[in-house]
Amino acid sequence: MLKINNLSKKYDDLLVLDNINLEIADSEFICLLGPSGCGKTTLLRIVAGLEEATTGRITLNNQSITGPNTCIGMVFQDYALFPWRNILDNAIFGLEMKGVDKETARNKARKYLRLLGLERFEKSHPHELSGGMKQRVAILRALLIKPEVLLMDEPFGALDAQTRNQLQIELLKIWNKDKKTVLFVTHSVDEAAYLADRVIILSKRPGRIKETIEINLPRPRDRTSMEVNKIRSRVLKTLGAEQEAQA
Amino acid sequence: MPHGRLLRVISLAGATIIWEIAASVVNDPLFLPRFTEVIQTFYHVVASGDLLRDLFESLMHFGIGLGLGIVIAIPIGMMMGWSRTADNIIDPLVELVRPIPPIAWIPFAIIWLHLTHYAAGFIVFMGAVFPILINTYAGFRDTPQILIDSGKVLGCVRSRDLIKKIALPYALPSIATGVRIAMGVGWMCVVAAELFGVSNHGLGYKVWWYKDIHQMDGVLTYMLILGIVSLTIDRVFRYITDERLLKWKTGLVRNK
Repeated sequence: MLKINNLSKKYDDLLVLDNINLEIADSEFICLLGPSGCGKTTLLRIVAGLEEATTGRITLNNQSITGPNTCIGMVFQDYALFPWRNILDNAIFGLEMKGVDKETARNKARKYLRLLGLERFEKSHPHELSGGMKQRVAILRALLIKPEVLLMDEPFGALDAQTRNQLQIELLKIWNKDKKTVLFVTHSVDEAAYLADRVIILSKRPGRIKETIEINLPRPRDRTSMEVNKIRSRVLKTLGAEQEAQA
Repeated sequence: MPHGRLLRVISLAGATIIWEIAASVVNDPLFLPRFTEVIQTFYHVVASGDLLRDLFESLMHFGIGLGLGIVIAIPIGMMMGWSRTADNIIDPLVELVRPIPPIAWIPFAIIWLHLTHYAAGFIVFMGAVFPILINTYAGFRDTPQILIDSGKVLGCVRSRDLIKKIALPYALPSIATGVRIAMGVGWMCVVAAELFGVSNHGLGYKVWWYKDIHQMDGVLTYMLILGIVSLTIDRVFRYITDERLLKWKTGLVRNK
């Protein structure tokens, strides 16, 4: 269980996150939505241990999170692959840091690269790959060290619509298999309606939890079904009110 | 032969012919020796074994200076690029000393190190150290935060690991560029470093020596050798770094 208690974040005098409380059950898939600048990414970075909260605390299974921790993995919008490493060696970076022998790690990663259809590219460098391929590698890299929680910061935001859909499907497949807790930041209402168990909508800055929408639809969901559309219009309405308040 | 290469050959051959004609019109070997004379002198210095000895000593001066420059500049540049505190302490000193032309250090080189190869190496060092330092510093400082972050979430948390696994590989192309610039500057310093008599050999020394005996064909021969050696060193270095170290950079700018 990932718990966020009374969490606030201030940059100097600017209040970015205001008293966030959130309990996320194991294996739950959460999407975080909100207007630009509402502090979604900041919240994710605090959970990742990359930034400190001004007040409040975060616990994973009752253990306080105070810094980067391999129980929590993260995937970034810009992939953040290491450009000097080839695909295979990018994937094993976390294992390497854990002290796993390089060849063992490589063999392990190769197995998954094959599943992702990327085995031909293991010797390629990131700049030779498309955005979708890069993000697949970045997700693999994050998952190889078996975190309990996976944080995803607009991971598909830079991809074209088709690749995006494809990666959503693949992500759900992976998630179905090992049921990680996922905290997924997105700008896309469609994405949230397709992926999430629960959509959390943040208000404009300072970010507060404005609304929580549970989605109890079986997966894989039909993107154009009535039920999904209903969810979308509900999310859009809340977001729209927020945008107007901003304007 | 491809068109581009043909043009290059024509350009070189044309310049040589113009030189030869100009020299025969001037008809004063002190003012402008002929190309053919220079070739003869070149043949002579190779055959007599002089060139090998000169080359060896110059490369020694160059090697001492560049080696010392690399060993000192890279760690300092890394510290400055990584830590704001180190930057604040070291940067003013660097900025104070850096603009002093290396040649101005000759008097102190002689006082401190006497007329030894080390004195010559010191002058080369003063030319080589700053380009490496500045480029190492820039490479480290510019390491993208997102790469550091992504290292951290993958368990690379300690400064030592972040430097070794992320900042250093990221900065490597920049460091290589620094070394390359340093080699150019250092090689220029070789000529000055051999001017004040640390030995009776060396490519730079011979330029002055031939001038003193009014044999300008010798001067020109050694000038050309200085150029060719520098070009060779640069090409070899680029070959090694481009092929092995920096393969990942090639595609970023020009798609292979």
